[in-house]
Amino acid sequence: MKVLVAVKRVADANVKVRAKADGTGADLNNVKMAINPFCEIAVEEAVRLKEAGTATEVIAVSIGEKSCQEQIRTALALGADRGIQVEVEGDVEPLAVAKLLKAIVDKEQPDLVILGKQSIDNDNNQTGQMLAALANMSQGTFASEIVPADGSVNVTREIDGGLQTLTLQLPAIVTTDLRLNEPRYASLPNIMKAKRKPLDVFAAADLGVDTAPRITTVKVEPPAERAAGIKVESVAELVDKLKNEAKVI
Amino acid sequence: MSILVLAEHDNDSVKAATLNVVAAAVAIGGDIAVLVAGSNCAAAAAAAASIAGVSKVLVADNAAYANQLAENVSPLVAELAKDYGYVLAPATTTGKNIAPRVAALLDVAQISEIISVESGDTFKRPIYAGNVIATVQSSDAIKVITVRGTAFDGVAAEGGSATVEAVDTVHDAGLSSFVEEKVAVSDRPELTAASIIVSGGRGMQNGENFQMLEKIADKLGAAVGASRAAVDAGFVPNDMQVGQTGKIVAPDLYIAVGISGAIQHLAGMKDSKVIVAINKDEDAPIFQVADYGLVADLFVAVPELDAAL
Repeated sequence: MKVLVAVKRVADANVKVRAKADGTGADLNNVKMAINPFCEIAVEEAVRLKEAGTATEVIAVSIGEKSCQEQIRTALALGADRGIQVEVEGDVEPLAVAKLLKAIVDKEQPDLVILGKQSIDNDNNQTGQMLAALANMSQGTFASEIVPADGSVNVTREIDGGLQTLTLQLPAIVTTDLRLNEPRYASLPNIMKAKRKPLDVFAAADLGVDTAPRITTVKVEPPAERAAGIKVESVAELVDKLKNEAKVI
Repeated sequence: MSILVLAEHDNDSVKAATLNVVAAAVAIGGDIAVLVAGSNCAAAAAAAASIAGVSKVLVADNAAYANQLAENVSPLVAELAKDYGYVLAPATTTGKNIAPRVAALLDVAQISEIISVESGDTFKRPIYAGNVIATVQSSDAIKVITVRGTAFDGVAAEGGSATVEAVDTVHDAGLSSFVEEKVAVSDRPELTAASIIVSGGRGMQNGENFQMLEKIADKLGAAVGASRAAVDAGFVPNDMQVGQTGKIVAPDLYIAVGISGAIQHLAGMKDSKVIVAINKDEDAPIFQVADYGLVADLFVAVPELDAAL
């Protein structure tokens, strides 16, 4: 089985990103960038499928400026076989990303596409579902377990009430949730090896996809600040405050 | 412009999340129709018809929609959407599974987790785990939107008298099938609907210790939640996770026990009215958002709290 994995370059999960003072966007100056955590889980799952003998090839694709090649190299260091970058300038909306991925899916004909369920920058949680619609494929979103079978894959999904298991006909789209796996660290030899793995670059225009935005960001601002709280000295004081000051119990 | 709301339901009843979405629809303004797609879902449709402010309920009652598979429900919604200016869905796992697929079928963008309606085409939504609030304007003819329930007070479940109309078109893509569902059964309120939540983190050390929180929760009529760390460690199941990519909650009272307060957790609970933090590390970031902080060993403080209630 051929597996395609999508990876996105985002601000590191440990960075508290703030709105720019002029309200034009998020301030990413000097912010450490990394592979989106959910995408890293997607890469790990694909590599595990390869190690288990289920996947024959793992291709990591990223859509973005040249800098996103760093995240493709990270995926290659984790065990992906080759990379594809689709070069686009600036922020691309999920629908355009899904269309670009659809073009890559048409080229590569993977049996399984694994994506992160959402990227931690724009928190959209859309791309996998949109790709599934455009490619007319089955979708298993928010996956905590993937079990391949003959011509299908069983996906257990983290839903609001608990867990749901679906059987998806291949080719299928799966998006990862946190409990799917715990990604490995890339070893130094594998990081060196990743530098020599093939990485193809396409321009969005070459794929015939219109990436014009449908949504305009009018402004960005910080969220409402919470007023500073107090420290209480004892459980008795806490209960008293909750009963008589906050009146919530 | 008329609005199509995708109901959150279990065939027998309509979930509270639907009421929050209808509230967002009221804020946009226009004729509101609710779609109930399910199997043997007449009871849910009847419940939807009594929601205040709803003028029409569309019922697609077919085995193909039994488990609300995205592959089957999305083409149905996309087909119906052509008569509407908006498609609104709750930002639940069901809504988030379906809405983007609908948007792509319509070749329009989808706007995720709106927290306010600024005008007919302009909405606010949190990005970067809620550390940045973006005001976004859509240029699409049909606007497909998911609504964050905690940001809109639900409309009344009773008082409406919508007409109920059957939708006969059946979309069975044959791409996926339902195997099983393991749903936690609990007498406690649902996390997203609870007015009080007691949550535990890595500091709880194991799953058994969550019983201490459950005892308090039962005294307060509260739900029990958890941080990602507690879920990842296997203390408690995933449906209890509160945070950026788990459940977003905003109860009247949120008691965080043994939770350090990572950005991702704060994103899921910082709109709670009153926040209490109990943690032995006085530098834990959770104290920065807590109205009442108690620096203490939870294994001493929680039994004391239990006794005091």
